Amino acid sequence: MSAELNLPARGPRVSMGRFVKAHMRDYGMLLSLVAIVLFFQYMTDGTLLQPLNLTNLVLQNSYIVIMALGMLLVIVAGHIDLSVGSVVALIGALAATLMVRLHLDIVTTTLLCLLAGAAIGAVQGFWVAYLRIPSFIVTLAGMLVFRGLCLILLAGQSVGPFPVEFQRLSSGFIPDFLALDAFNLGKFHLTSLLLCAAVAAALVVMNTMARLRRQSVAIEQEPLPLFVAKNVALAAVLIYVGQLLASYRGLPNVLIIMSVLIALYSFVTRNTTVGRRVYALGGNEKAAKLSGIDTRRLSFYTFVNMGVLAALAGLIFAARLNTATPKAGVSFELDVIAACFIGGASASGGVGRVTGAVIGAFIMGVMNNGMSILGIGIDWQQVIKGMVLLAAVTIDVYNKNKA
Amino acid sequence: MDSILEMKGITKTFPGVKALDDVNLSVREGEIHALIGENGAGKSTLMKVLSGVYPQGSFDGEIRFRGQPQAFRGIADSERLGIIIIHQELALVPLLSITENLFLGNEQASRGVIDWDAATLRARELLRMVGLHDPPETLITDIGVGKQQLVEIAKALSKEVKLLILDEPTASLNESDSDALLELLLQFKARGIASILISHKLNEIAKVADRVTILRDGTTVETLDCREAVVSQDRIIRGMVGRALSDRYPRRTTVPGDVLFEVKGWSADHPAHPGRRVVRDVNLTVRRGEVVGIAGLMGAGRTEFAMSLFGRSYGRNIRGQAFLDGREIDVSTISRAMANGLAYATEDRKHLGLVLDNDIRHNVTLANLKGVAKRWVIDHEREVQVAEEFRRRLRIRCPDVFQETVNLSGGNQQKVVLSKWLFADPQVLILDEPTRGIDVGAKYEIYTIINQLVAEGRGVVLISSEMPELLGVADRIFVMNAGAMVAEMPAAEASQEKIMRAIMRSGETLMSGEALP
Repeated sequence: MSAELNLPARGPRVSMGRFVKAHMRDYGMLLSLVAIVLFFQYMTDGTLLQPLNLTNLVLQNSYIVIMALGMLLVIVAGHIDLSVGSVVALIGALAATLMVRLHLDIVTTTLLCLLAGAAIGAVQGFWVAYLRIPSFIVTLAGMLVFRGLCLILLAGQSVGPFPVEFQRLSSGFIPDFLALDAFNLGKFHLTSLLLCAAVAAALVVMNTMARLRRQSVAIEQEPLPLFVAKNVALAAVLIYVGQLLASYRGLPNVLIIMSVLIALYSFVTRNTTVGRRVYALGGNEKAAKLSGIDTRRLSFYTFVNMGVLAALAGLIFAARLNTATPKAGVSFELDVIAACFIGGASASGGVGRVTGAVIGAFIMGVMNNGMSILGIGIDWQQVIKGMVLLAAVTIDVYNKNKA
Repeated sequence: MDSILEMKGITKTFPGVKALDDVNLSVREGEIHALIGENGAGKSTLMKVLSGVYPQGSFDGEIRFRGQPQAFRGIADSERLGIIIIHQELALVPLLSITENLFLGNEQASRGVIDWDAATLRARELLRMVGLHDPPETLITDIGVGKQQLVEIAKALSKEVKLLILDEPTASLNESDSDALLELLLQFKARGIASILISHKLNEIAKVADRVTILRDGTTVETLDCREAVVSQDRIIRGMVGRALSDRYPRRTTVPGDVLFEVKGWSADHPAHPGRRVVRDVNLTVRRGEVVGIAGLMGAGRTEFAMSLFGRSYGRNIRGQAFLDGREIDVSTISRAMANGLAYATEDRKHLGLVLDNDIRHNVTLANLKGVAKRWVIDHEREVQVAEEFRRRLRIRCPDVFQETVNLSGGNQQKVVLSKWLFADPQVLILDEPTRGIDVGAKYEIYTIINQLVAEGRGVVLISSEMPELLGVADRIFVMNAGAMVAEMPAAEASQEKIMRAIMRSGETLMSGEALP
């Protein structure tokens, strides 16, 4: 008994095989995304990763990814939100009413729309957290109510176009501060490439620092070769994507918003007390409550957060279409929820990662895009996507039970 | 008289524990046979063996019913012979009617189509036999526990019962309902139906039982015949608890100091039934460095008291005051109770204590995340160090603190729950059945932790159903029954007989209908 008490000074050595096996679920998802990308890259003769298409891919998926961040928290807390598609439509309609009909400026409109999203989330959250009505029912009702309100607001018509500055939210690109023709690069967007390279460098430095910190307290580490390989791959992919995007028009504004949000939410879920409490709430609500966590308030705020992110997605989507239409956002909720589950979230709560949900969203996005390029009809696209969702979750559940 | 049931040499082992060791039970035709023993003596396990919940082959020994050896593979086999068990937790579907419940799984139907007229008529007849006059279409949720008990018995009658087993049927009944139920047993006896009655209430047993079998620590102590000679309650109690205390408790040298924690006039109602008082005017003091035990039978209201005290996490209409160091403290929410130095480690570690999907590390810091965070941000390295420290201090047996708690043994899970509350650094720690279901070695370690806590000047409230544990660990023992504190004694002067007598006496006062506010 006493022999095992002395703490090793350095992290325990772990064999590569054992480590990979133990973390197969984490790597599996990323490898699936890579495999799907390579598959469609091959099948479309390289169209998939052409700069123009890659830019489109980012633009098309941004709103799904943004909503998946909020949905992940909702699902981890043990709930679900079916209303986000309708909220996207309603906020688009609200933005159109404010800007096109009432000629309000962009900043005011954006703030009002985000506030409206928070209010929508607050109402649903109140019903779920304090009146204890199952979220499935509350948000199913919300889905109908908000879609109806959107129709009322638009009087059944499409409203547009939006002011040009608003469209930039979705179709704009970051300015090129280094547009030097001295290098003879034509219209190559040097700022974008440098930005990607800087982010890659920052990530590698942060990972290395975290690794050194952990070593000092004996947390199990991934083996060094794996760590190096992972970071090299990460940096290479970032710089490669940056180079591709730079050779079209540079980084889309949306990509910046999305990246900042992804970074923020993965930090919140992994490193903050609030994030930890959401996982405890979803894992065992009663135990969390008896540990002094205000579980009701926490549930409430996950819905408020979801409302704000759905509103942001609504603005981006409206800006992208350049009109507000009553049909906007139909079935978005399903894509968003599917992204979370493909990304390893558990339907019973308590389990799920932000990175997983983002990867899940991109798996769906790449498949949509790739199949469209291949000319596969919407009918078969749905069949294939449905089966991928089922397969992904089945493999995940099977792996978990085996472990 | 012939035996209807003979159980011989029944031995049943669970991993690490021998729940039944060579138990014998013989029930005669048409008698009421009482089965008594402390919590954990093996009564329920024995009945599960009898009813086929534990199938033939999972235990050793022989069951003979009406002279024939039996090999039950499941409950269906024993029910076919007319052996019907009514559990303490009733197995009724609340939102179905009495009729539907009576014939659940045994519908009055031909080719899958239910004949409601026949069912209703038969239900009326059965209800008349048990003296229940509510319409058969009443929903179960709309009738009280006493009537629900009767529905269970009517259900047993519908299956042509030969041997009726009742597991503490009157535990949650008031006096008149209890009397009616006992009367019913006597009527069944007159009609030749034998019963096994599991009960803690010795006066009830004296009233109806023909013979009494006493179990203790998984063995048969004796069978007493109440018809040949009068069996006194003291005689039964001695049989139930008479065992020598071995040196299973670590010695403690701490001397209790000033009063640290005090509760005055604490009351609470059942959360679903306002007006049904489950904690009655409880007063309690805990001194610095003192372990205060609360004894009582299951359902005495000990957990309800502790949870209502800990941030009102149980019950409604909660009244009373709590004091720490003489100053009244606010315990109205869990976080306020914790901020004021209170902690409660639950008896139900799987459902209320742990986030089973999470690892040891995350469970240990859950109640005090601020202790490993700067502002909002968790310091992961510090968190691992904290968890590691508790793993060593409490000797949690696991390769590292990254193990999911679902994979740990009961004793280790309990230590994780304790770690969580130790890290929250409370002044007063309420431990609810901290050693339930864990082995002797782990128990000793938990007692050692309790000793460390009081040596640091904290107060510990120990709720336990194991009387030897209370006698061995506590400095002072309160006895609780039917929601009220009925006795208080220094552990040095306490004995199992004294505690049991206090419970029984108060039970009689309550039974005779005195002084219920």
